[in-house]
Amino acid sequence: MKRKEFLSGVKAALPIVFGYIPVGMAFGVLAAQIGLTVSEVFFMSLLVYAGSGQFVAVSLMSAGASAVAIIFTTFLVNSRHILMSAALVPHVRNIPRWSLPLISYGITDETFAVAMGEVTKENKGELFFLGLNITSQSFWILSTVIGASIGNIIPDPRAFGLHFAMPAMFIALLIMQIKNKKGILLAMLAIGLSILFKSILPGNWNIILATILTATIGVMIEKWTVKYSPSSSG
Amino acid sequence: MDSKVFAIIIGMMLVTYIPRMLPLVVLSKMNIPPLVLNWLKYIPIAVLASLLAPEIFMNETGLDISLNNQMLLAAIPAFIVASLTKNLFYTVFSGMGAIIIISRFLG
Repeated sequence: MKRKEFLSGVKAALPIVFGYIPVGMAFGVLAAQIGLTVSEVFFMSLLVYAGSGQFVAVSLMSAGASAVAIIFTTFLVNSRHILMSAALVPHVRNIPRWSLPLISYGITDETFAVAMGEVTKENKGELFFLGLNITSQSFWILSTVIGASIGNIIPDPRAFGLHFAMPAMFIALLIMQIKNKKGILLAMLAIGLSILFKSILPGNWNIILATILTATIGVMIEKWTVKYSPSSSG
Repeated sequence: MDSKVFAIIIGMMLVTYIPRMLPLVVLSKMNIPPLVLNWLKYIPIAVLASLLAPEIFMNETGLDISLNNQMLLAAIPAFIVASLTKNLFYTVFSGMGAIIIISRFLG
């Protein structure tokens, strides 16, 4: 039973693996080019484990930025995980508390999206999360280390369509989250806001701002609908 | 390993792990008000749409809604397959297949 639950997490991670292989290898190549060693890439992927954060840190390192600037920028880029971590809370009520610090270590855009898709179908235990996270991170570490080891001799991942694996995954997970017309409306709103903020603000602010605004508007629409149509529920 | 690089990695680890861990560990101990729970339930749709939008609607210079935007073109069959099947694998494979075909014809 436990083994089965762990394996269901491993299986849920497979689409993430498709996406991590090209992105991880691209990161490894870039990191090697600016002079990071294979072991430094390994430890960064093991200890930090954040795709966009690692890319940003490496480009800042190559620009000669200070340690404080690199660490602070990493914090800004990864602060969107606060929202994901909070959004998981209602779904971990039956999970032993000891496992929560461990599960949260593996929260990324991708593992969060897959986990939310699964927990809305049925409750999941800690072994599901651990299977999902360990599989995803193992392939992230492996891909970045391979990228750093073999450098530029890897074939172009575009020839295999791998650069579309991650967007396609987000499309599927988004569709699976949309249950009604309000969901469609909020998704379109978030898309519009994200593009708007990306056009006018640097870095990843578009994700945090568009997410917070969209969720807030979602709550407001709910209040408004309840207020003006007292017969309807939810 | 270079000690400065290692110090940077440790610093990055702390500022990445703490935002991931604190909400889950702290909030799960508390009774969250219904208003906040309601708000949190919209986070998945909002965050997924926000992550996806720049990938398919923008290039390096800004908004790109044109036939030259291969990611956007490949997103169309991916959206259709996702809506019909609600299946992650079918969507990922059809999206990857679509972008290979599209880049052959347009690239």
